[in-house]
This record gives sequence, C-alpha cells and structure tokens, in this order.
Amino acid sequence: MSVSPGQPLAALGRAAVQSVAGFGYCGMLLAESLWYTAWGWRRGQPVRIAAVVAEMRRIGADALPIVCLLSLTIGIMLGIQFIAALKEFGAQSQVIVAVAKSVTREFGALITAILVAGRSGSALAARIGSMTVSQEVDALAVIGIEPVRYLVAPALIAMLVMLPVLTVFADAVAILGAALYSAPALNVTTQAYLLQTLTLLSPGDLWQGIGKSFVFAVLITLIGCSTGFSVTGGAEGVGRATTRAVVLSICYIIVADMIFSFFLNR
Amino acid sequence: MNDAPPLIEVNGLEAWYGKRRILENVDFRVAAGEIRVIMGGSGSGKSTLLRHLLGLQRPVRGEVRLFGVDIARAGPHELRQIRRRLGVSFQGGALLTSLSVGENVALPLREHHAELSENQIRIMSRMKLEVVNLGGFHDLMPSQLSGGMVKRAALARAIVMDPQLLFFDEPSAGLDPVVSAELDELILRLRDALRMTIVVVTHELESAFKIADTITVLDQGRVLMTDRVDAVRGSDNERIQDLLNRRPREVVVDADAYLRRLTEEAV
Repeated sequence: MSVSPGQPLAALGRAAVQSVAGFGYCGMLLAESLWYTAWGWRRGQPVRIAAVVAEMRRIGADALPIVCLLSLTIGIMLGIQFIAALKEFGAQSQVIVAVAKSVTREFGALITAILVAGRSGSALAARIGSMTVSQEVDALAVIGIEPVRYLVAPALIAMLVMLPVLTVFADAVAILGAALYSAPALNVTTQAYLLQTLTLLSPGDLWQGIGKSFVFAVLITLIGCSTGFSVTGGAEGVGRATTRAVVLSICYIIVADMIFSFFLNR
Repeated sequence: MNDAPPLIEVNGLEAWYGKRRILENVDFRVAAGEIRVIMGGSGSGKSTLLRHLLGLQRPVRGEVRLFGVDIARAGPHELRQIRRRLGVSFQGGALLTSLSVGENVALPLREHHAELSENQIRIMSRMKLEVVNLGGFHDLMPSQLSGGMVKRAALARAIVMDPQLLFFDEPSAGLDPVVSAELDELILRLRDALRMTIVVVTHELESAFKIADTITVLDQGRVLMTDRVDAVRGSDNERIQDLLNRRPREVVVDADAYLRRLTEEAV
C-alpha cells in the first residue's frame, strides 16, 4: 500500500502538538513548584527544608570536585589559546581581560550548567522515572502528598541556589587556572595577575553569568522532572528518559545561552 | 445489606485508553464494613477501575463518589480529607526506596499529623508493623525485604492512619501459596479488629472466595455481576463459569474486523 502524501504532514502535526504539550507541562511544573514553595505550608503541603538541603548537597556540594577540576582545566586551556592568538598581534597582556570576561560572562555558567545537567538532570529523571514505574508516585498522591511538592519543588529550589553558587566558584577557579599558566608567560606574579583581573571586571560581567545560571537551573530541573514523570515502559523507559533528559537539557542550555548572550551584549 | 449510604458509589463510569474502551458503563457500590473483591481476568479493566476509585484518573464519563463526595469535583482540601480516610496497598508495594521501612510506614502520619511528636510517630508506626508481623524490621530498606514482606510493609503503611476504607491491589500476585494465605488471614483480621471496609482487586480465585463478602466480576470493561460468594459460584453465566473453571476463552473471529486490523494504517 502506498504512503499517502498527508502522512508526513500528520506526523509533523503530531510532533508539534506533543512539543507544545511538553512546554505546557513544564510550565505547569514550574508554576506548581513555585506555588507550593510560597503557599504550600498554608494548605498543609509544605516544601520541607530537610528535603531542600538534601537536594542542595546532592546537586551542589557533591559536584564541587568535578566542577573544580573542569573549570581549572578550562581556565588553563583558555590561557594557552588566548596567549597563542594574541601573541600574533603582540597583545599578550590583553589575555587578562579576555580570560576574565569570557569566563565570567560565558564559560563559567555554561560549563557548570552542562556538568550539572549531566549529573543531576539525569539523576532527577532516573529517580522520578523509576518512582513512576514502581507506582511510588501514585502512592504519594494517594497518601495525600502532591508529587510536585515532594519531588520537584525541593529540587528546583536547590538548583536555583546551588547552580549560581557553583557558577561563581567555577569562575574563580577558571581564572586561577588561567593565571597559573599565563602569569609566567607574561612575566608577572600570579597575585598581580589576579589583582589585575579584579580591577578589569565589572559587576555586570559577573551578573551576566549568574543571571544565565538561574535560567539554566530552571531548564535542567524542569526537563529532568518532566521526562521522569512521563516515563512508560519499565526499566528501559527509565534509561531512555535519562538519556533524553541530558541531551534535551544540554541543547536547551546552549540555545538559551546564545539567546541571552545576543540580548545582553547588544 | 444495610441502609447506610455506600462508602463507594460509582455511576456509569467509562474509561478510554486512546481508541480502546476499557470501562463501559460501570456501576459499583460498596457498603460500609464489607469486603468486596473485584475479580476478572487480565485486561478486564480492574486495574483501571481501581485507578478511578483512587482518583488517580479522571473519569471520561460517569462519576466516582467516596464517602458521598464526587472526587473529580472535590476541591484540594476536600480531597485531602478523603485521602486521610483511605489506605492503599499497591501491587508492587510502592514503598519509597529512599526511605527505610519504618520511615515509609511513618510517612502518612508525618504528612497529616504535624502535631504528633517523633516518639508518638515512631511508636504508632512500629505498632502497625507488629500488626503485619514485621516487628523489628523498621530499620531495613525496602530493597532488603522479600516480596511477601514488601506487601505486608505496604499494608502497614496503608493502615497506619486507621483508614475507614482500604484498597488492596493483587495481594497474592507473585507470592507463594503459604504467604498469600497468611495475607488473606491478615485482611480478614483487619476487617474484624479495625472495622475497615476493604476492596481487594485480584484474579486469584481461591483467595477471592476465602476473603470476600461480595464479589464483583468484571469482564472486558463491563460488570458481569455483583453478588455474594455463593451466588457468584452458582451463577450460570458462561463467562463467569469460564473464569471459575479456568476454561480458555473461545474467541470468535469477526472476518471483517480481522481484515481491517491487518490492513489498517498504523497510527
């Protein structure tokens, strides 16, 4: 039987409807989480501080070593590249401002977000996904615990606090990494390099990175949780959801980063 | 049986998964104090009916009333009040794997009774673990329990708030005969000791006849009959007798529908 010409169009339509539904679902998760955080305690659905702290440890503190390692490496790499590139114009000394601005505005936030998406976005999807499969989410609802309040809101708050903190930390470590490589190449001490960086940076540079990290935090949490809740098909489904959560989060992070960079630097 | 209003009242319930109709015009009533078994083969719609009774799915048509309240139209506060009065033991237990057995059982108390002290919560949850013969297991994680123990722990969590209405999904699925017989005894004891109204969903005949006061037989989304155990046993309905005597269904093939299914475009 031949394939009717309308079929690709129908598939496109279905995909469009699905993605609109996905956006709507994420928006609902966000609105509900914020509502429970602000007003939940009045309705007997409080977001527990202990749960938020546990999430903060998982998302933030546990990620420190790897964030530290990667941002140090990226800092050194940027130092190497900028010195090599700027040497051609005899402008090596400009490496300090180049590294300072590119790290605080761009790389710190981006690297941290990608790392956290890989670590915590996937963990959220896997945890909520396996809970959905084993009816634990249903059990919560039947006990009278709103799953969004119990599972999503603590993760969202923790992510909104810890991702900016990790970003600032990554900024500092990356600049230190660049200083370690570049200071000898520029014949200055590391301290002088760092002091020079501080005078060159404006609060606006830092805020650009931190502002983005708030947006990334929302993206990672919502994508992780929504893919987790929509798991069907047992253990295999959980695996698929985990992969999907990481790939989608990283895609959205990079696209959002580009959009923000465009509007913030006009 | 008595004149008190039914605890559960389902009128004209209909449910669909995509194009397939799962439940068709289901009427269902459970009076206070009875043990009702919902029986049916796989695919008969009993799990879907249970999800509707628990308010996990909204009815497409018809209504589900628990304690006289239409749960699809109840406000959040009203729904919460209803949920405090019912307990559910899911098929796989559905214990939260991140919490210990004791914490799982204590969870409903913590959520609904903020005024209780930590000691009170601990004692109350351990008492319920004793009821299901799991005394001393509160520190274990769910992954360390056997299948039968998980079911009993889930039952302890379901009854920790002393609910008036208890739902039990497939109590004997995946358990050996001795353990499932023990669970049946436990269900009977709970009704006698705690005066609970109990709804059990199962496909195990033996267990159903042992515990039930009344049985509702579901087949292909329709209620075939609701009656006392003897009446169901003595029913002359062919489908019910097939179910009771484990006779395979004789599937009548509709030639047109068969051809249509083979050639239909996949959606």
